[in-house]
Amino acid sequence: MTRVDHAEASSKFIEAKDHADFHDKRLWDLRKKRDSESEAMPEWETLRTLASAIKEHTLTHLGDYLEEFERNATANGMVVHWARDAAEHNQIVHEILEQHGATTLVKSKSMLTDECEMRPFLENRGIEIIETDLGERIQQLDDEPPSHIVVPAVHKLRGDVAEVFGRTIGTDAANTDVPYLAESQRRHTRPYYLKAQAAMTGANFAIAETGSFVVCTNEGNADLGANLPPLHIASIGIEKLLPKVEHLGVFVRMLSRSALGSPITQITSHFRAPRPGTEMHVVLVDNGRSERLGMDDFWYSLKCIRCGACMNTCPVYRRSGGLSYGSTYSGPIGVIIDPTFNLRKYSSLPFASTLNGSCTSVCPVKINIHEQIYKWRQVIAERHQLPMVKKEAMRVAGKVLASPKLYRAAVEAAAAGLDHLPRFLVYNPFNAWGRQREVPSAPASTFRQWYVTNRGAER
Amino acid sequence: MNSRSHILARVRRNQPAWRTLPEIPSFDRPLADPWAAFATALARMGGSVAVPPEGGALDAFICARFPQARVICSATPEVAGTRAVATVRDPAELDDVDVGVVRAVFGVAETGSVWLSEREFGVNVLGFLSQHLVVLLDPRSLVPDLHHAYRHPGFLEARYAVFMTGPSATADIEGVLVRGAQGIRTMTVIPVAAADASSAYQPGRTA
Repeated sequence: MTRVDHAEASSKFIEAKDHADFHDKRLWDLRKKRDSESEAMPEWETLRTLASAIKEHTLTHLGDYLEEFERNATANGMVVHWARDAAEHNQIVHEILEQHGATTLVKSKSMLTDECEMRPFLENRGIEIIETDLGERIQQLDDEPPSHIVVPAVHKLRGDVAEVFGRTIGTDAANTDVPYLAESQRRHTRPYYLKAQAAMTGANFAIAETGSFVVCTNEGNADLGANLPPLHIASIGIEKLLPKVEHLGVFVRMLSRSALGSPITQITSHFRAPRPGTEMHVVLVDNGRSERLGMDDFWYSLKCIRCGACMNTCPVYRRSGGLSYGSTYSGPIGVIIDPTFNLRKYSSLPFASTLNGSCTSVCPVKINIHEQIYKWRQVIAERHQLPMVKKEAMRVAGKVLASPKLYRAAVEAAAAGLDHLPRFLVYNPFNAWGRQREVPSAPASTFRQWYVTNRGAER
Repeated sequence: MNSRSHILARVRRNQPAWRTLPEIPSFDRPLADPWAAFATALARMGGSVAVPPEGGALDAFICARFPQARVICSATPEVAGTRAVATVRDPAELDDVDVGVVRAVFGVAETGSVWLSEREFGVNVLGFLSQHLVVLLDPRSLVPDLHHAYRHPGFLEARYAVFMTGPSATADIEGVLVRGAQGIRTMTVIPVAAADASSAYQPGRTA
C-alpha cells in the first residue's frame, strides 16, 4: 500500500492557478453562506450542543438502537442486511440485484458506497450503474472519485464539465453554459430512471423508533429513483442511527445550513416502508465503525453527519483540493477518519492542517476535529510513521527548543544566514515552508539581542 | 458467528460509557404572520405562492398559469386536470406529465416546505416526474418550525413522507444555481382552505 503524499498531490493542484483560485473562492462562499444562516438563528449554538449530545447518547447505546431499527424496519416490510466490511456490503448488494435480475441501477449519491468501492465491483459483474447526482455523474464519466462529500465536482470548472460531457454523453463540448450542461444531464439521465430495475440511495439518518431512514437531496434524483423501479436498496453506515423522529428537527435544521447555507434541502424524504408490490432493502454497514467506537480519542468522529462544513472552511483543503487526500473522505473530517482505515497509507493527512480549529467551530455536531488531528500526529509519530524529513526536522527542532543556549545560537545563525546564504541553501528540501513562500528577511537584531540592549537594565 | 451478531457484539464491547439523551426544548417565538414567513422562505428556495381569484375555479387558474401544458395530472379531487392519478397503473406512465397537482397536509413557516406522503401523491413519483408541481395548501395548516413539523403523526404512519421545498435544484457546476435539476422545474403553492375543515392539520389544536 503506497503512502498518500498530500503535499506532493496538492502541489499539482496548485499549479492549475485558475482552478485553485476558483476552488478556494467557491468553498469560502459556501462557508460565508453557512455563517449568515447560523448567525440568523439565536438557538444555533444550543442546537449544536443538542446534536452532539443526541449523537453521543446514540453511539453509547448503539447496539440497542440498531436492534430497535432492525425490528421496526422489518415489521414495516423492509429487508435488513448486515455487512461487516466493504467486501460483504458489495456482495450483499450484488446478490440482491442478481435475485431480481436487475442489470441497470440508478444510484443517488452515497459516500458509503464510494468508501466500499462498490461501483467497480458491480460493473465488473455486468451491472450498469448510473450515478444520478449531477456532480457525482460528472465524476463517474470522468473516471475520477468525488473530491468533496457534498459537491463532488467542485474542483472542476464549467469548461472541464463541457469537455467531459462532450466526450461521454454527446453534448457540444464547446458549449460551457451551465444551464445547458445541467439540462443535458437531466435529459440524458431521465430514460434510465424509467428503465432501471433497481435504485440505490444512501441515508443521512436512520430512525430506531420508526425503522425509517431519511435522504436529503436537492436535485430530485434520489426520489425519482426510489419511486420508479420496483427495488430500492439503501446502504447505511451504522453510525447514522438516531433514536426518535423528534430528533430529526435538530439535525435537519442544521444539515443544509451547514453544508450549503440553505435552510433545508429542496427534498427531505423519509422512507419507512416499501411501496406496495415493491421491495426495500437496507444494508447496515460496519466497515471499521465498531472498531472506531472503541478508540478513546477518536470515536467522536462517528458523530459526523457529512455536511462538509469543515472542508469548506479549511484553508488547507480549499487550497489543495479533495483529490490530493487520496481517499473517499478528504478535508478535516477525512484527516481524522482515514487513518482508522489505514494508518500507514494515510499517515501524511493529519499534517495537512494548520490546527487553526476553524473546522471544530463550524462542525454542527461539535466534533473536536483539530484536537483529533493533533492526537493523530502523536499516534503517527509514536508508531514511527513520520517521513524522514519531518522526523529529522522535528528531532533537531526538539533539541534546539529544549535548550535556551542552542536556541539563541540557532536564531542568530539563522538571521545571519538568511541575509547571506545563497538561495539554494535556504530553500533546501528540509525547508518545506519555503516551497511556496518567500522566507521573510531577518530583522537587524534578534528579539533577545534587542531585549538585552533595551531592557537589560530593568532586570 | 454471522455478521449481525459479530457487528452487534463488537459495537457493545466498544461502546463508550453511557451518555444521557437530552430533552429538546421549545424554540418557539412569536410569529406575527406565519403565512408571510412561509411565503418568504419558499421564495428563497425558488418556489412561489399564487393566490387564485375569489370564487374562481382552480382548474382555470392552473391552466392559465401553464398555458403550454398538455397533461395536468391531479391527485386531489379539488382539481380535475386532464388525468386523475387514480387511473395510473404504472408510475412510469407519469413521464409525460406537464403539471402535477397535489394537496399538502401542512407547511413549515421556517423553511417554506410542504409535507406530502403517499396518500397525497397517489403515485409518489408525481412529485418528481412532473415538469411542474402545483401544491394546494390550507393556509391554516402551518407549523412554525421543523421541531413542530416532526411531531406530526404522519411520520409514524406513512410509508413515504417528504418535505418538498421549491423546485429541484443543483449548483454542482461552479456553484451556478440551476432550478429544475432533475425533478420538478417549478413549485407553485396555492393557498386554498381544505373543503373538509377537519382534515386540515392545525397544530395549535393538537399541541
